[in-house]
Amino acid sequence: MSSAAGYILQVKDLVAGYIRDLPILHGVSVYVDRGEIVTIIGPNGAGKSTLIKAVAGLVSVSQGSIELNGKNIVNVPAYQRATQGVGYVPQTGNVFTTLSIHENLIMGGASLHRGKAERRIEELYEIYPVLKSRRREKAGVLSGGQRQILAVARALLTQPDLILLDEPTAGLSPKAAAELFALIRDLSRDGVAVLIVEQNAKAALRNSDRGYVLAEGENRIDGAAHTLLADKEIGEIFLGMRRDTPLEKEEA
Amino acid sequence: MFLQHLADGILSGAIVSLGAIGLSFTMKMLRFANFSHSELLTWGAYAALVFLSFFSTFGGFFDQTIGPFSFGLPLLFAMACACITTSLIAMFLHLYVFDRLSRSAGHMTMVFASFGVALVLRHLVTLIWGSDPIYYSNELQFAILLPGGVRVMPDQVFLFGLTIFTVIFLHLFMTRTRTGIAMRGVAESPSLAQVSGVNVNAIILWVWIIGASGAAMGGVLYGMTIQLRPELGFSLILPLFAAAILGGAGSLYGAVLGGLIVGLSENLSVMIIPTTYKPAVPFLLILLILFIRPEGIFGERKR
Repeated sequence: MSSAAGYILQVKDLVAGYIRDLPILHGVSVYVDRGEIVTIIGPNGAGKSTLIKAVAGLVSVSQGSIELNGKNIVNVPAYQRATQGVGYVPQTGNVFTTLSIHENLIMGGASLHRGKAERRIEELYEIYPVLKSRRREKAGVLSGGQRQILAVARALLTQPDLILLDEPTAGLSPKAAAELFALIRDLSRDGVAVLIVEQNAKAALRNSDRGYVLAEGENRIDGAAHTLLADKEIGEIFLGMRRDTPLEKEEA
Repeated sequence: MFLQHLADGILSGAIVSLGAIGLSFTMKMLRFANFSHSELLTWGAYAALVFLSFFSTFGGFFDQTIGPFSFGLPLLFAMACACITTSLIAMFLHLYVFDRLSRSAGHMTMVFASFGVALVLRHLVTLIWGSDPIYYSNELQFAILLPGGVRVMPDQVFLFGLTIFTVIFLHLFMTRTRTGIAMRGVAESPSLAQVSGVNVNAIILWVWIIGASGAAMGGVLYGMTIQLRPELGFSLILPLFAAAILGGAGSLYGAVLGGLIVGLSENLSVMIIPTTYKPAVPFLLILLILFIRPEGIFGERKR
């Protein structure tokens, strides 16, 4: 359910960091609506991953609020956020490599009743048959792209309203990255709000509705994804690209 | 002679295995070397003594020994109660010492704290029960003669059977139940487990319960086949650490295999070195495994 303002996630004036009194985020605000794909871009050290970890509950927040469906979840432990509608796929270590694929999915459904978890796992096997055929194998043997699919499937077990993806295409081949973005668009069509942090800014913005540019832990620019893509200044100032090349045209 | 040492090694290794399972789990999941773990064996053994006295008062059917063993139902009930008591002690230590320290202190502080806790636990046993050796039973037992001239006591056969049963039970628990799978997940990545919806604090309590119960069983079996004394756990520190390191932190099968290797090495070593040097064998094993394969036999190799 969206909040009164219509947003699944609304982060307001967030001050957060790994060490108390040493914040990385200095009053960041973002929102994500139902079925929307929003990308956070910015240079290294901008606080993109910190923002997404703060929403997941892995970073302590000293000021500001994180509202999920209108309810402030700042003081909700990370494991309860998973049950309240937040799915999180970290950048590294996003699957349990020593557990089988099936056990990884059981972990994703840890907060659900056994019967419901089993039903959800079967539903996800139908959506991602590659996981079903290899269910007994250790997740550690999967390729990068397959691990991302498993990680997303694990995060989807609880049917979250919001899914957080931290650098989902890092280390993936262009083909695997394209498949992953197709999967993300499918999620959005199903009404899931998606918040992505991505170094591959062009690809992410091309697949997004809106984007935010962060720098030094603060909001700098935000707007429709296609507007950000066409903006030469963004490419030059925040992503170190050449001045005469808009972000949209710069090729990898 | 060799076969007799082999049998003795397997039997003493079984006790080490039971104790090492919990130590191995806590080393992996709580990320510190808990030197007070061996004292849980002592507390398990003495807690069983208290419950044994209680259950023995029922008399009648309770007074009879089972088959060739030196004990009856009271000791089995006492062992179950000792597992619960030791688990409560372990949870108390976790909640009021180790968990609190882990929020602000480093790993070395935790290790030193565990030394302090070990001293307190050991001296409390001496204070309560005294320092003289105690036996669960004064019944005389006759050894069973096995093929090859190997002699074992019926209680030792029970010890071995119970160890096998416990390992199979734990294997099924770790692979077939959601709590067991969550324990393995938390061991690999606590933060990923958390964001997957696993209550990591609850899982850590399970680690203490399983570890303390294994230690209590090891302590009772030690007391049953040897004797109870306040230094029971202290004398097993090196074998326990050797088994846990040898098998690889966090590995059930590693702890079991490590325990058996330690038991066998100790007992077979007396064939070539004087018995007084026997306690040094686990120390040499620790050095050897740290040089050759620091992550242990079943441990994950760090890349």
